[in-house]
Parts: sequence; structure tokens; C-alpha cells
Amino acid sequence: MSETDLQDEAIRVDTEKGNFKYPENYEFDAGVGLTEDTIKYISDVKNDDDWVREFRLKALEVFKKKPMPTNWADSDLENIDFDKIRYYLSKGQVPARSWDDVPDDVKETFERLGIPEQERKFLAGVEAQFDSEASYSRMKEDLEKEGVIFVGSTEGLAKYPEIFRPYFGKVIPTADNKFSALNSATFSGGSFIYVPKGVKLKQPLQAYFRINAENFGQFERTLIIADEDSEITYMEGCTAPKFETATLHSAVVELVALKNAKIQYITVQNWSSNVFNLVTKRGMADEGAEVKWIDCNIGSRLTMKYPGVVLKGKGARGEVLSIALANDGQHQDTGAKMMHLADNTTSNIISKSISIGKGRSTYRGQVHMPKHLKNCKNNTECDALLINTNSRTDTYPAITTRGQNNTVQHEASVSKVSAEQIFYMMQRGLSEGEAMSLAVNGFVNDLMKAFPMEYSVELKRLIDMEMEGSVG
Amino acid sequence: MNNTLEIKNLNVSIDGQAILKDFNLTIPKGEVHALMGPNGTGKSTLAKVMAGHEDYTVEGGEILLDGESILGKEPDEISHAGLFLAFQYPMEIPGVSIANFIRAARQARLPEGEDINAVEYYKDLYAKMDALKMDRKFTARSLNEGFSGGEKKRCEILQMSMLDPKYCVMDETDSGLDIDALRIVSDGVNHMRSPERGFLVITHYQRLLDYIVPDVVHVMFDGRIVHSGDKELAKELESKGYDWIKDEFAGAPANA
Repeated sequence: MSETDLQDEAIRVDTEKGNFKYPENYEFDAGVGLTEDTIKYISDVKNDDDWVREFRLKALEVFKKKPMPTNWADSDLENIDFDKIRYYLSKGQVPARSWDDVPDDVKETFERLGIPEQERKFLAGVEAQFDSEASYSRMKEDLEKEGVIFVGSTEGLAKYPEIFRPYFGKVIPTADNKFSALNSATFSGGSFIYVPKGVKLKQPLQAYFRINAENFGQFERTLIIADEDSEITYMEGCTAPKFETATLHSAVVELVALKNAKIQYITVQNWSSNVFNLVTKRGMADEGAEVKWIDCNIGSRLTMKYPGVVLKGKGARGEVLSIALANDGQHQDTGAKMMHLADNTTSNIISKSISIGKGRSTYRGQVHMPKHLKNCKNNTECDALLINTNSRTDTYPAITTRGQNNTVQHEASVSKVSAEQIFYMMQRGLSEGEAMSLAVNGFVNDLMKAFPMEYSVELKRLIDMEMEGSVG
Repeated sequence: MNNTLEIKNLNVSIDGQAILKDFNLTIPKGEVHALMGPNGTGKSTLAKVMAGHEDYTVEGGEILLDGESILGKEPDEISHAGLFLAFQYPMEIPGVSIANFIRAARQARLPEGEDINAVEYYKDLYAKMDALKMDRKFTARSLNEGFSGGEKKRCEILQMSMLDPKYCVMDETDSGLDIDALRIVSDGVNHMRSPERGFLVITHYQRLLDYIVPDVVHVMFDGRIVHSGDKELAKELESKGYDWIKDEFAGAPANA
């Protein structure tokens, strides 16, 4: 019955929940455009160590040299004008530990998004980022006592270099792609997390990323290290108001699961339709470790995101479960990468995409099993749902498998919500939007069962919002 | 008129071809009307037009539900007005359970801000499933997905009873049913018969009318009703076949 309750709860929604903004009023502003001075300004404001300054400046060079990947990616990327973007905006460097100390407009923003309420209900810790910096960050005290570190990127690198520096930029090197280079130059905010050996977090840690300013680029940087036999679930959410101009979100997320550790990383993004969302996410799994990405992409103008797992140790497991919803004018270019580098490693990819109207979904998958490996397994399932005839969906699987007893299984399906299905549901009294929403929820239902309940509710709510908006 | 479902001079075409021609029919609450006729005479078209299907062009006429015009309204508005269509071919909706679907349909009838009482809802649902001899495990199954013909039709009757319509239009509900399923479905319909509800039972065969005994039987041919009578008419049709209708009424004016 709980599942029915979920669905029911999702039916009436405030469709404009994320679409509001407060006046811009910043203490720190790096100005418009990207030069060495921009990077130096950011480093000065943050009081970066020398090695971080150098890391940033080198990354800027790499960024400038690398061409846009438009030889394979959406040519809409060319519409990003890097000279018009603002790269750093903040109201201060130190996040508050109590909501009472958060500036009123920022606090109201997060209250409207329901963050403090969720924190009280089911979270072990929250970080709430407003443009470039976290305005609020707090973790339950008992976790601090157990040695869990949950801080922003600046604090992580400054205070705990011995923990974070060895892995920083190692899972995703600066030169991985043009946008990982951009992030490496300009990064600010994000979460740096360390979970000590054997510590298993029962409740998730959450970060919420909010863009408030126009023509802004948000470049958070996240690094999660789960030490041996530890477990952590991390959830992130994101919104922005609707602006006429393009906004850029380009994050880098690195996960390190040491021997027998488990990391589950959950994203529910709900960007407004002016946001370019170009994110690099990759995890490394040591022997017996598990990295699981749950990735839900709703909204944005163009999303390019292919969470990956490097299966480095024997018996490591990697998983990507993703849902992408492309509405009119949106392109969700998503997928997964699984790099098998040891024997007995297994990976699982389940991708569901929904394309509505002129919305476009693309799946790109890469599974790599080299010759010298034994007993590796991959399962890939890609299902696409099309609503209205203009929708477009493409699948580009790239699977290389060699070696002994390595097995790869790939299944793909494309289905449509037909006018007759909508008529049938409307005959029972559902509006067109409710009918489409129900069909979409049905399509993702089996995958959603794998998600924590709080996020299933949120996701259903977002799907309903999108479907309501798509009925002309 | 109140307390009737009234179809007046309805003319409907698809792709320029006339399907319903000056069609007239009045169903008072409390009565079961059977609509019979050979294939291709417009029976299913009538059912879909009544429910607001957009593929058809209405050239003229009226459909009044308790005096209120429903012609040209959206399918969900017609549903809320009280018309239920049991489909000849119910659609499969993958991933949406029967329980969630019917609940969403009921919720859609409530004023904004009002919520269904989940406990009462399930009590009602289970009682009605028991009456239709449906296993309770059915509630979790995806709507019509992989159902047998009989299961689909029982599921239609379950929805019909849960949504409490004023008028039920049943399109070839007997097709694809074996004798046991036919009996169960008919029992379900007979339980719903009441002075507050009217039925239009569309069927090709007389067999269904042994179980759902109609008050009036209409024979449809070439887009209109050509002959009406009591339940004996259905038996006559069964023994004579439809050919005599064709011979007698081809090109004849409407005679409802």
C-alpha cells in the first residue's frame, strides 16, 4: 500500500516550486569572463595553498587547448559563451552550522525547496550550496565523533590535505575532457567526504545545489573516500530559476571505494531549461568494493553525463541506474561507463529514457573488458519511451570484451505511449497530463523500486511536474 | 431531459466517410438497452464518439447526458459527467498497477485538496474484486499487461463498479470470453443494475443477453437503428441471422 501512497502523494504538485529567485547581493564576485586573473581571484578569496593555485592555473591551460567535443556531441555546446559567464559569486566563505545563521534570502530559498525539513526527517548531514559556496553545512554529532569528515572542497583541501590530496584529480584527471578541465580551474563548493574504516552510515548525507544568479557558472567539486569496509549513501539535488540566458553547471565528482567499501551516489537534478549541465562523474572500486550511481536527469537545456566505475580490484561491482526525461527543447545525452580492470568484476547498467514532444534522449554506453581478464560480467539494459511522434532517441553502445569467461549482455527497447492508451486512461477520468504522467511513472516504476523511498517520492513529483507542463 | 442518455440525429464520419447517419437512441436510467448488428455498421464508432474519441468528425447532432451536452467535451470531462465505456480491447498500461490506476481515477473525481481515504478505498476494492472472483494479487499487477481476454474484461467491470457511473456503455464485452468468464462478468453487471443507472450493451451475439437480460433490443445497420423490440428480438436475430436485416433495411430510412 505504501507504493500506492507514494504515487498518490505525487499527483498534486506545485509545478513552479524551483522557479523563483532573490536579488543578487554578493560580497565576492569574480566578474564576467575567464582569464588567469579570474582564477587568481578565486584562489585569493579561498586562500588556496600553492599546489591548489598551480593545479587551477594548469587546468585553465588545458581547458583553453581542448576543443569542444562537437565532433560527436550536440552542436548546441557552441552556444555556450565562456566570456559572458560569471565564474565565482558568494556571500562569504564559511558555511553556517545553524539555519539561524544563514542569510535570510538564502535560508528562505532552501526552506522553499524543503531542505531543512528533509534534514530533520531523514538525513545524517546536509550541505546547501548557493551559487559558488555552501551557505549551510552540518552533520550529526555522532558521525563527527566516529571520524566522518563532511566539508566543502576548500576546507577539505586546506584542512585535510593528507586525506584528500592523494585522490584529488586522480579518478578524473584534469585533462579527461574539456569540462573536467574547466571545473579543475574554477571549482568551488561541493562536498569532500571521508568515511573511516568500518564506519557504516545508516542515513544519507545530502548536498543541495542552487543556482540563483543569471549568467552564472556553478562548478562544484565532490570527492568521496570510503575507507575499507565502510558504507555511505550520498544524495544530491539541484535547481535553478528560469532565466532567458544560458547558465552553466559543470561539476566533477570523484568516488573512491577502498577494499569492501560501498558507495551509493544518488542524483535527482531538476534544472530549469536554460541550464547546460555538463558533469563528469566517476568512481573507483577496489577489491570487493561497490560503487552505485543512481542518476535521475530531469530538466536542463543540454545534459551530458556518463557516470562511470573503474573496477580496479578483484570482485569489484559497479552499477549505474539512470532515468532521463527530455521535454520539448531539451536534450538528455546520458549513459554509463564501466571499465573492468580486474578478474571477477561485475557491472550493471539500466538506463530508462523518456522523450516528449521535441525532446531528445541519447544513451552512450561504454563497457570495457580487456583480454587478460577472467570471469567478468556486464549487463546493460536500455529502454526508451517516446511520447508524441517528434521525439527522438538514439543509443550508442560501445562494448569491447575479450578474455576468458567474460560475459556481456545488452538489451534495448523502444516503446511509445499511444494515443489509444491516453484515451483509455482519460476515459477513466484522468486528465491528459495525469494520464501521461501515470504512463511515465509506470515505465520507470521497476527501476524506482531500487531507490530510497524519499527520493522516489521526489522523483515522481518531478515527473508529474514535467508531464503537466508538456500538455499544450 | 433528466435521467436519460439521449442521442439525437447524430452524424459522424471518419476520413470523409459517413459512419453514423442520423442516429437516434434514448436510454432512460434503470434500463438496459442492447445494441446488436452485423460487423461494420458503426456500433464501436458510436461507443467511442460517446466517450469523446478525437479521431471521428461529428457532422451534427447531440448527445445529452441527463440533459447536459457531452458532445465535443474531453474524454475525462465525459467520464466525470458519469459515462463509462467498457472497451472491446482494453489497453495495456505497463508498470501501472490496477490499484494505483483505479485510485488515480477516483482521486481525479475529488475536489482539489481532498484525498482518498486509503483504508476505505482498499476495503471497497477488495469487496468488488471478491464479487468478480478476482484474486487480490491482481491489484499489484500492471493494468491489462499480459492479461487473458477474460481477465481484461473482468478488470473492465471492476473499474466500472469502482467508478460508479450513471451510464455504462459496454462494447462487445462478451468477445473473447469463455462461458465461465461470461457468467462472472454478467453477474458483475447485473449487480450494478439499478434505477439510478442506464446501460448500453453492444454485442454481436445473443449469447450475452441470456445473462444480461435487456429491457430493449435495437438492431443497427448501416449507421442507424433500423429495428427495436424486446428481448425476444435478440433471439429472433440469433435464429435468423443478420441477413434478413440487410435484405429488409438496406437503404431504408431510420426507424428507431
